[in-house]
Amino acid sequence: MKFTTLVASAALALGLAGGALADDPTKVGFVYVGPVGDGGWTYEHDQGRIAVEEEFGDAVETVFVENVAEGPDAERVMTQMALDGADLIFTTSFGFMDPTINVAQKFPDVKFEHATGYKRADNVSTYSARFYEGRAVQGHIAGKMTESNIVGYIASFPIPEVIRGINSAYLHASKVNPDVEFKIIWVYTWFDPAKEADAAKALIDQGADVVLQHTDSTAPQAAAQEAGNVMTFGQASDMAQYGPYPRVSSIIDNWAPYYIERTRAVMDGTWESVDTWDGIPTGMVEIGEITDAVPAEVKAEAEAMIEAMRTGEYHPFTGPINKQDGSAWLAEGEVADDGTLAGMNFYIEGVDGDIPQ
Amino acid sequence: MIRIEARPQPSAVMAYATPVLAVVLTMIFGGVLFAALGKDPFQAIATIFWEPLFGEFAFFYRPQLLIKGAPLVLIAIGLALGFRAGIWNIGAEGQYIVGAICGAGAGLAFFPAESVLIFPLMVLAGALGGWAWAMIPAVLKVKFGTNEILVSLMLVYVAEQLLASMSLGLLKNPEGFGFPGSRNLQQYPSAHNAEIIAGTGMHWGVAAALIAVIFAYVLLTRHRLGFAIRVTGEAPRAAKFGGVNPGRLVLFCLGMSGLLAGLAGLFEVAGPAGQISIDFNVGYGFTAIIVAFLGRLNPLGIVAAGLLMALTYIGGDIAQSQLGLPAAAIQVFQGMLLFFLLALDLLTNYRVRFGTAEVA
Repeated sequence: MKFTTLVASAALALGLAGGALADDPTKVGFVYVGPVGDGGWTYEHDQGRIAVEEEFGDAVETVFVENVAEGPDAERVMTQMALDGADLIFTTSFGFMDPTINVAQKFPDVKFEHATGYKRADNVSTYSARFYEGRAVQGHIAGKMTESNIVGYIASFPIPEVIRGINSAYLHASKVNPDVEFKIIWVYTWFDPAKEADAAKALIDQGADVVLQHTDSTAPQAAAQEAGNVMTFGQASDMAQYGPYPRVSSIIDNWAPYYIERTRAVMDGTWESVDTWDGIPTGMVEIGEITDAVPAEVKAEAEAMIEAMRTGEYHPFTGPINKQDGSAWLAEGEVADDGTLAGMNFYIEGVDGDIPQ
Repeated sequence: MIRIEARPQPSAVMAYATPVLAVVLTMIFGGVLFAALGKDPFQAIATIFWEPLFGEFAFFYRPQLLIKGAPLVLIAIGLALGFRAGIWNIGAEGQYIVGAICGAGAGLAFFPAESVLIFPLMVLAGALGGWAWAMIPAVLKVKFGTNEILVSLMLVYVAEQLLASMSLGLLKNPEGFGFPGSRNLQQYPSAHNAEIIAGTGMHWGVAAALIAVIFAYVLLTRHRLGFAIRVTGEAPRAAKFGGVNPGRLVLFCLGMSGLLAGLAGLFEVAGPAGQISIDFNVGYGFTAIIVAFLGRLNPLGIVAAGLLMALTYIGGDIAQSQLGLPAAAIQVFQGMLLFFLLALDLLTNYRVRFGTAEVA
C-alpha cells in the first residue's frame, strides 16, 4: 500500500536521522481527551507529563494535544506525533483504543501506551489503575457519615471500571451501615460541568448527604458547597480547593511514577509491551488527605484500611459477596480474580436499579 | 464621521471579496492573539495553514483534509438547500447519528457473512435512517405548523441517547469484554468503507460529497425545483402566487438534508471512525451549519468552506502539538474566522461612507 510505504520510509528516514544524533532528546507525546485544565482526569495525566520533563530535563521533549475527539481525529493526532518523531506516545482515554492499535501498526518502531484499554500489540502496552481500592475507602467514610442513609453517585458510562467503583463503594458503605441506599445517576460523559452539576443537585434534592462522583470536573463539589450539608470526595485529582468541607478526601490518579518508568525504559531500550494494573501499593492510586470534617475515629479506620491494602493484606472484594440477583459470587474469604474484575458487568447484592443497556 | 448606507444592489465584488478579507483579518488578529500567548505569530499561522498543505508530511495531511472535509461538505450541501428556502434544519447532528446507527446496524446484522451487497445495503439504510429522522420535524411542521428549528434540534439529544443505548445494548461488540461500542467495521471487509485508491483519503463518502455538490449545483441553477427553493427564500409571497407548494418544499428540503446527513454518518462509521460508540458524533452536524454559511449557501462555495474548516482543524492540532498552543486558542481562532465573515457580510449589502452626513 502506498500510504504505508510512504509512512514507513518517512519513519525510517527519521529513525536514521535520530540515530545519527546521539544526544537527540527522547520525544514523548500525550493525547488527551479533555482540556488540561479540567481539574481531574486529563489534569493528572498532564501532571505526569510535567513530572517526566522534570525527571529527565533536556534528555526528553514532551508534546501534547488536548481535547482530542475519539475516532479519526485521535488517529490523525497520533500519526502526526509519530511523523514528528515521537518515540513514545501515551493515549489517555478508553475510546482511543482502536485508533492506537491502527497507528501502532503503521509505526512499528514507535512505542504506544494506551490507558484503560484491553488491546495490546508488540509496540502497544496498556495501563490502568485500581481505582476501586480508593472507592472502598470512600464507601467506608460515606457509610459512617451519612445521616439520611442516602448516598448519591454520579456515574459516567456503564463500563466495568465504573461498575466496579459502585460495587466497591456500596460494599464498604453497607458493611458499616446496613441501612445505606445508593442513588445512581448516569450522565454519559466524563467531563461536562453543567451535566455533572445538574446530577449533583438532583441527588441532593433526593436526600443524598454524601455525593460520590466518577466524572472529572469540580462542578459536583461546587453544587455540594452551595447546598451546605453535603459531603463529597475529589475524583481523579485532589480537588483540595473544596476542602476541608464538602470535599473530605479524594482519589488521586498519580501517573507520574509510571510515565517516568516507561520513558526511562524507552531511553534504555528495555521497553516491552506489558499490561499494568496498579493501585495503592505502588502509589498509582493515592488517597487525598482526610480532613477534620471526618471524626478522628472514622479517619483512623479509613487509614487502617488504606494501610492494609498497601501491604496487600486486604482486598476490597473479599467474600462472602453475592450478586444483585442473590446468586453467590465469592465464598467466605475468597478474593475476586482480576479477569472477573476487569470485565465486571453486574451489581452486587443490595445495589438498587439496573445497569443501563 | 463614518456612516453606513444601503446599496441599491448587493455588491457582486464584495460577495466574493469578503470571504478572502475575513481570512486575512483572522490571520492578523489571530497572529496578535498568538503573540500575546508568547508564540511566534508567523510560525503559528504558517503551521496552521501551510504545514498541512505543503509541509514535510503533506502526503499524510492532504488525504486527511478530504476525510475531515467530506462529512462537512455532504451535510452542508443538504442544509444549504433548506436554508436557501428559509427552512432551518438545525438537527443534522441527529440525522448524522441515526444514519450511522441504521447503516452500521444493517451491516452488523450480516456479520460475519461476506457479500458485495452488504455495503450498498448499508448505504441505503444510512440514507433512509437520516431521511426518516428529518421527516419527523418535516411532517410535524407541515401537519401541525411546529417550528422545525426547535424540533430538529431537540431530536439531536434524542439521537444521542439512542446512540448511547445502541453502544451499550443492541450493537455492543459481543467480544468487547463488556465495554461499550460496536464491532469495528474496519475489520469487517464487506462493510468497510475503505479508500477507493489507497493513500488518497478518497473513500466513498468523499465521492458522495462530490456527487452531491454537482447535483445541488444543477438543481439550484437549472431545475424548476431549485428555482422554487430560491424564490421561496427570497420572496415567499411571490412563490406562493407562482404555484410553489410550501408543504412539499419543506418535506423535500428537510428530507434531502436528512438523507445527506445520514449518508455522512454511514460513511464515517463504516470508514474513518469504524465503530458505533457513545462518543461517535463529534459535532459535524453543527459545524456544517457554519460551513454552509461560510460557503454562501453555494455548492461550490461549500466545498471551499468545508476544506478551509478541515484545514483549521488539522493545522490547529499540529500547532497544539508542535508549538504548544492551547486548544482554546485554536477555537478562538476558528471563532474569529466566522465572526469576521459574518461581520463583513454587511459590506455586501451596505457601503461605508466617510465624512459628514448629507441632510436627508
